[in-house]
Amino acid sequence: MGQNIQSLIGQLDQADTLDDLQSIILTLRDQFRIDHAVYHWISSDGEQFGCGTYPTDWVQTYVDNDYLRVDPVVIGCYQRFHPVNWKRLDWSSKQARAFQKEAIAAGVGNQGMSIPIRGPNGQYALFTVSHTCSDEEWEVFTESHQRDLILLAHYFNKSALKIAKGRKPEIVKSLSRRETDALTYLAMGYGRGQVAEMLSISEHTLRVYIESARFKLGATNTTHAVAKAITEGLIVIGGAALGTSGDWPGKAPNGA
Amino acid sequence: MLRYLYGDQLCNYPKLADSMFRDRAAQFHERLGWDVTVDDRGWERDAYDDLNPLYVIWENHEGSHGGSMRFLPTTGQTMVNDHFVDLMDGVELQSPFIWECTRFCLNPNAESRVAAALMLAGGELMRAFDVRHFVGVFDARMVRIYRMIGSSPEILGQTGKGRDMIAVGLWGYDDKARESVAHRAGISPELSEKWFLKSFGFEPRLQLVA
Repeated sequence: MGQNIQSLIGQLDQADTLDDLQSIILTLRDQFRIDHAVYHWISSDGEQFGCGTYPTDWVQTYVDNDYLRVDPVVIGCYQRFHPVNWKRLDWSSKQARAFQKEAIAAGVGNQGMSIPIRGPNGQYALFTVSHTCSDEEWEVFTESHQRDLILLAHYFNKSALKIAKGRKPEIVKSLSRRETDALTYLAMGYGRGQVAEMLSISEHTLRVYIESARFKLGATNTTHAVAKAITEGLIVIGGAALGTSGDWPGKAPNGA
Repeated sequence: MLRYLYGDQLCNYPKLADSMFRDRAAQFHERLGWDVTVDDRGWERDAYDDLNPLYVIWENHEGSHGGSMRFLPTTGQTMVNDHFVDLMDGVELQSPFIWECTRFCLNPNAESRVAAALMLAGGELMRAFDVRHFVGVFDARMVRIYRMIGSSPEILGQTGKGRDMIAVGLWGYDDKARESVAHRAGISPELSEKWFLKSFGFEPRLQLVA
């Protein structure tokens, strides 16, 4: 595997486009012999960057059903920076169990590991691998490959940052990190009081963040702002959520 | 017990969080005389506390703070890269396998084993998440504390002399030291692992359901 890692990293270093990233993640999936691999980041101008191998229908189902509110991967990985084995997440609620069943039926796999990435200027991205196997097999897989996967996750991110830099900057709404945090926690279903506590700010300050985000998004109220932020892809959705390259919600498909 | 908590989880442990930020004010503002900000709650907080760092905290039996430290990955914003690159010949440390450790703080009445327990916790983070090094900024007065707990860092760069010395240090992982640190902390490796899993594994959330 060591040499394959070297080769993947070499390819990532040379990658110039999202299509390059997509072909590398397909190779990664095949080399690691797993069902799926996904990388997802949203740039500060609201453009989604990512690539992955999930079935495309699953994305639409996820967005249509507002699964951001129930996906334990989102809740367990947002603004974290340690690798997360899906087995360690809280799947105990009825909703989470139903979601898991649907994800498995959609071909996501019954096992997964997500690696949250913290980049420059409060950047947050998520790299996920998923597979169908027993708990024991997955434990062995993650134990032997965690370090390589962390490394690859960050190299995908480096490439994505490089590609984003080369793009022509467009004037799109840009939310500050605190605004994104506030909207993301609200989208996950937390109450305002809880969000204020989690961000260690007063509810008054939170109201100001939400108001400014609402204005930037051109939304009529908070609920609308949260919905817009999700559909326009200003919020990173879970490992179980993503489609293939160029086919993110809110972005025109390019047939990858 | 040892708890591993991200910033946005502290609100579930109000007593622990309050006493930690107060103990930090007592240590860094009052005792060490650092140029830090203490807010109207009596809390010492800085900009890095707003970045949702990971805190490792020793919780006393009655739920208050016994000692703590704060971690951030060097792939994101860190104190050492923001303010101390001149000590590093301009080199920014950046790796998913290097985390910054800052605000190492002990309650004045903490049992001596608390420092060892925090070291043990640092080792758990390294083992579980493949972190190879911690990097941190410290001053002359911390040198003695690190020596006392048997965890002196490798110095990467320093400035100033005597009491005015400020340095950037690097801590590595030593698997062999785990047993002896655990022994000094009076915590079995099994118990330490149990606490670790309790924080990072599934634990029913009591206050998070809207």
